[in-house]
Amino acid sequence: MALAVSRRQLFWLKVLIHTLAASPLFWLYYHAFTDQLGADPVEAVIHFTGIGALNLLLITLLTVPLARQANLPFLLRCRRMLGLYTFVYALSHILNFLLFEVQLDLQLFVQEVLERSYIIVGMLAFLILSALAITSINSLRRKMGHHWQSLHNLIYLVAVLVLIHFYWSLKSDVTEPLVYFFLFVLLMLFRFQKFRGWSKRLFSKSK
Amino acid sequence: MVIPWVGFSLAELVKRANPTSKGKFLAFQTLYDPEQMPGQRNHRLGGGIDYPYVEGLRIDEAVHPLSLLAVGLYGKTLPPQNGAPIRLVVPWKYGFKSIKSIVGIKFVEKQPATTWNLLAPNEYGFYANVNPQVDHPRWSQASERRITDGGIFDRNRIPTLPFNGYADQVADLYRGMNLRKFY
Repeated sequence: MALAVSRRQLFWLKVLIHTLAASPLFWLYYHAFTDQLGADPVEAVIHFTGIGALNLLLITLLTVPLARQANLPFLLRCRRMLGLYTFVYALSHILNFLLFEVQLDLQLFVQEVLERSYIIVGMLAFLILSALAITSINSLRRKMGHHWQSLHNLIYLVAVLVLIHFYWSLKSDVTEPLVYFFLFVLLMLFRFQKFRGWSKRLFSKSK
Repeated sequence: MVIPWVGFSLAELVKRANPTSKGKFLAFQTLYDPEQMPGQRNHRLGGGIDYPYVEGLRIDEAVHPLSLLAVGLYGKTLPPQNGAPIRLVVPWKYGFKSIKSIVGIKFVEKQPATTWNLLAPNEYGFYANVNPQVDHPRWSQASERRITDGGIFDRNRIPTLPFNGYADQVADLYRGMNLRKFY
């Protein structure tokens, strides 16, 4: 029996998610602007928003399996806002890099993005994520019909790119990205049927 | 970051040790004490590095007047996180050359192994001289953010200078060497 929630309950659930997702960002920038983030606040804001985006991405990918397995269909109605928060954190991550790390030196920004393999991968993930964020608007979603789902399946590609970006950016000790990779694989196992469907279709097309 | 170190010239120590002509390099070693330094207990805890940390200098680099052994900073005794009780400071090289909490210095004939070079030989060489013309394989080293007390809005990005600004003093040590090859 699926657990039903009233409109009112859903509203408060969304308020809770907004609070939990947005408050770390307010906390971060309050401490950054009052110089309470240690000797290198720039590194601190870049890392915090990068890891934050990855956490939110995995939480977003958790909504569908959790809604199915625990029979909580109302969770699906929170998926878009979680995805958009992922985008907001990723956008802050890049703005932090542009404003505080390269300090609006656009030539250096472009050079870094193009020459550093881990930044190319990260930027590619962000561009795809931006497309998903823009097409999350209801009217666009309706216009796109079944193409919408095909486009939004790219979220799996985004996750893979982000994991590579994280792994590649480290000087040493890859324990943390490996833990994230493990969690990602776990989330993908719940989608086994979906992926099997894709591979079947691919296989039959190629015949 | 510009740091007012308190210390003495490494050349003074070398002079007192009076090495033979076979002492062509210095091999340094950090204290290995997992009780005091919990990060050393486990490869994973300690940032993926094998301990004890080791570093090295060529003898002519070691006796250069800019190579310091530091015992303090900002007029105070060196705190543990900065490498107490004694650490190396080589101001024209990248930070990882300046080994902390030294417990051993050996004079050796062959170029000694160094921790970051062992970990990623294509990224970190033995010399590790600050060089804006030679990029790290994964990022540019042409400019730097100088850590200041100006907070997050400080416009502190500056072009990186060859040998970290000490070219006049140390460039002679590397005359005739291809610094792209000996990075």
